[in-house]
Amino acid sequence: MKVFNILIAGVGGQGVLLTSKIIAEAALLQGLDVKQSEVHGMAQRGGSVLSQVRFGDKVFSPIVAEGEADLLIGFEPLETARYLHFLREDGTVIYNTRSIGTIGVSIGKETYPQDIHETIQKNAYAVHPFDATHVAVEVGEKRAVNLVLLGAAIRFLPLDPSVVDNAITNSVPKKLLELNRKAFQAGVGQASIR
Amino acid sequence: MTKAILSGNEAIARGFLEAGGKVAAAYPGTPSTEVLEVLSQAKGIHAEWSTNEKVALEVAIGGSLSGVRSMACMKHVGVNVAADPLMTVAYTGVNAGLVLMVADDPGMFSSQNEQDTRHYARMAKVPCLEPVDSDEARSYVRAAFELSEAFDTPVILRTTTRISHCKSVVETAEPAAVKDKDLANDVPKYVMLPANAKKRHLVVEERLAKLRDHAETAAFNEIRPGKGDIGFIANGIAYQYVREAFPDAPVLKLGMTYPLPEKKLRAFAASVAKLAVVEELDGFVEEQLKALGLTVHFGKAAFPPCGELTARTIREGVGGTAVVCKLPVGGLIVRPPTFCPGCSHRGLYTIIAKLKLYVSGDIGCYTLGALPPFSSMHTCICMGASISGAHGMSRGLALKGVKQKPVAVIGDSTFLHSGITGLIDMVYNGGDALVVIMNNDTTGMTGGQEHAGTGRSASGAAAPKLDIGKLCQAIGAQRVREIDAYNLKELEQIMKEELAAPGTAVLISNQPCVLRYKVSKKPYHVDTTTCTGCKMCLKSGCIALSFVPGGKKGHVEVDALLCNGCSVCSQLCATKSMINT
Ligand SMILES: Cc1ncc(C[n+]2csc(CCOP(=O)(O)OP(=O)(O)O)c2C)c(N)n1
Repeated sequence: MKVFNILIAGVGGQGVLLTSKIIAEAALLQGLDVKQSEVHGMAQRGGSVLSQVRFGDKVFSPIVAEGEADLLIGFEPLETARYLHFLREDGTVIYNTRSIGTIGVSIGKETYPQDIHETIQKNAYAVHPFDATHVAVEVGEKRAVNLVLLGAAIRFLPLDPSVVDNAITNSVPKKLLELNRKAFQAGVGQASIR
Repeated sequence: MTKAILSGNEAIARGFLEAGGKVAAAYPGTPSTEVLEVLSQAKGIHAEWSTNEKVALEVAIGGSLSGVRSMACMKHVGVNVAADPLMTVAYTGVNAGLVLMVADDPGMFSSQNEQDTRHYARMAKVPCLEPVDSDEARSYVRAAFELSEAFDTPVILRTTTRISHCKSVVETAEPAAVKDKDLANDVPKYVMLPANAKKRHLVVEERLAKLRDHAETAAFNEIRPGKGDIGFIANGIAYQYVREAFPDAPVLKLGMTYPLPEKKLRAFAASVAKLAVVEELDGFVEEQLKALGLTVHFGKAAFPPCGELTARTIREGVGGTAVVCKLPVGGLIVRPPTFCPGCSHRGLYTIIAKLKLYVSGDIGCYTLGALPPFSSMHTCICMGASISGAHGMSRGLALKGVKQKPVAVIGDSTFLHSGITGLIDMVYNGGDALVVIMNNDTTGMTGGQEHAGTGRSASGAAAPKLDIGKLCQAIGAQRVREIDAYNLKELEQIMKEELAAPGTAVLISNQPCVLRYKVSKKPYHVDTTTCTGCKMCLKSGCIALSFVPGGKKGHVEVDALLCNGCSVCSQLCATKSMINT
């Protein structure tokens, strides 16, 4: 299998790393070579967070190059826009429409880009926006946005749904498994083409 | 044997257990921290958070002398702190195997500089191993212990952020049955009086010559024959980028970057038309090749010494032509890191900014106080430098006749790491500064590790709890006060009092890290009928707040999903419009 490249972008604290962990684990369970890259430390204090997953028969670099990503999963609109240039010409974007202000916005020094959704539409081939935060809150856990987005992304991943389910089981604490499964299911089918 | 997907750091922890390692000591530091985090939960070994990196290495040296395989882990700048024992344990050699695991940070994702640890290997004359992925990271730990014991030398196992934090597939092995050694008892070898050290220096030079010979045949350094004009010499993550960019090219993979295999390098150079040396950070290998008289066609001139390399920079570096790719969307506002909603550092900086104080800073989450809206840090060099720096400033200012009391700001973990020596110095040498110790009961920046002040050991078990206030008093500080980090009025009043008093003053501000202790109080909301849009609350610099224009003067909104209910913004509100009932 040719290497499949995924970028997952969001804000520190949103649970980006769990989503990429589950995808990487699923790829491993499917018998593929897989590499995942993420950054800890400073970036997690509410800054931009980017995680990258690559899987296929043989993967060398853990880093996705510009113009190479097959799928971009965005946890927040501004952070989605920041990485659009990593997409292939025919790449897919799934993103959470719920915006999170930056510190510059909070202190009134900057304004959040009003045209962010148009910007994303303009700069990518296939775009699937939806309010994942709303879906997560409905499920009963605002922090489950990561599983909602994973559910929405599932139909674009060349991975067997049963291995993804096993990967979820392996990756989340037992206590939270049911809740996470529910969030995942609530996400499935959310990403419809507008 | 089972397959798992592990980060390089998790794999190193696994490798330590497989190699029969027994004593592991570390001070947290991105990107090295997870090695000890994993080991702290393992049974049958001793794994500790040490007070600082020097202590960690000395603990590991002691472990080795006791006769069990031992390892110290730290980030690159930690080696500066541990350099003293490193330079001399290189002379004594080891008893049981001794490994120093160091993680460098090209690109400075979470660091104050981009120093290259390989220089330390050369300076100490000890071998340096560099894995290219998680599975090698795992297997190299055992190899490092074996090398350490075979050549009687400490061994540096160097990673970079991408090796430590990237995950890849690992095939785990069963733990080896390693025989412990007797407690070391050999005075001429282990007591570095000049007379003994002179003899040991000769041993070090002989050992280095033997290691050079070993490097020629060791499995670490491997030639992959290939097609094409350009032959690549690469180490660590750069090896993966080379394979990604030029899958068919001949490559000499250097798993041991010090000392280098001269004959192998010469043979490889002779076998290719052009030689490219691809290494992140300094031209460490390149310079040595040039010293051998070899021609390097593509080196640091093609692959810059600053920041990370990528497959693309390598392609461009040897091809000379830019790879065409899409440009980033322009004009997007940035999203710098910031204090978490509810962070106990926020209140202090709100007051420090209000009083426009001159701050000698330090390293931790509280370094973010340097950014807007606080912009309240004027220097930050290395861990511990805040207090000693403020002391020097206060002396300099006094000599100039300037009446200004500098403020040192430091976290609890950093204070214990190396701030305490500065405070001893300040008190002893008649300092005149205000020292604020921001005690959030954890090592926050690196993800919330325990330290001597938290009352728990690395495993989470109960441990003696150091009392920072009493410690400061024991040093001789006369004015030591504890304050509530959320109480703005009290913070301002006490800070003013202490700034007015002469001599060293210590304020210990207490509130637990909301991230580490999962503190979550009832969120606030804004009464928009009374909010006047004055923006005073925004001075608290919290991402849960935003200003909504419209109406007469607009109003502020609180994002209930982000708000942690700390009350700092509400204390700034003159109209009591922040409600949480
Ligand atoms: C010599 C050295 N070791 C380790 C680090 C990594 N590091 C940066 S800040 C920090 C400690 C932060 O803890 P604390 O002082 O309690 O402040 P907090 O982040 O909790 O506010 C560490 C370990 C470093 N920068 N330099």
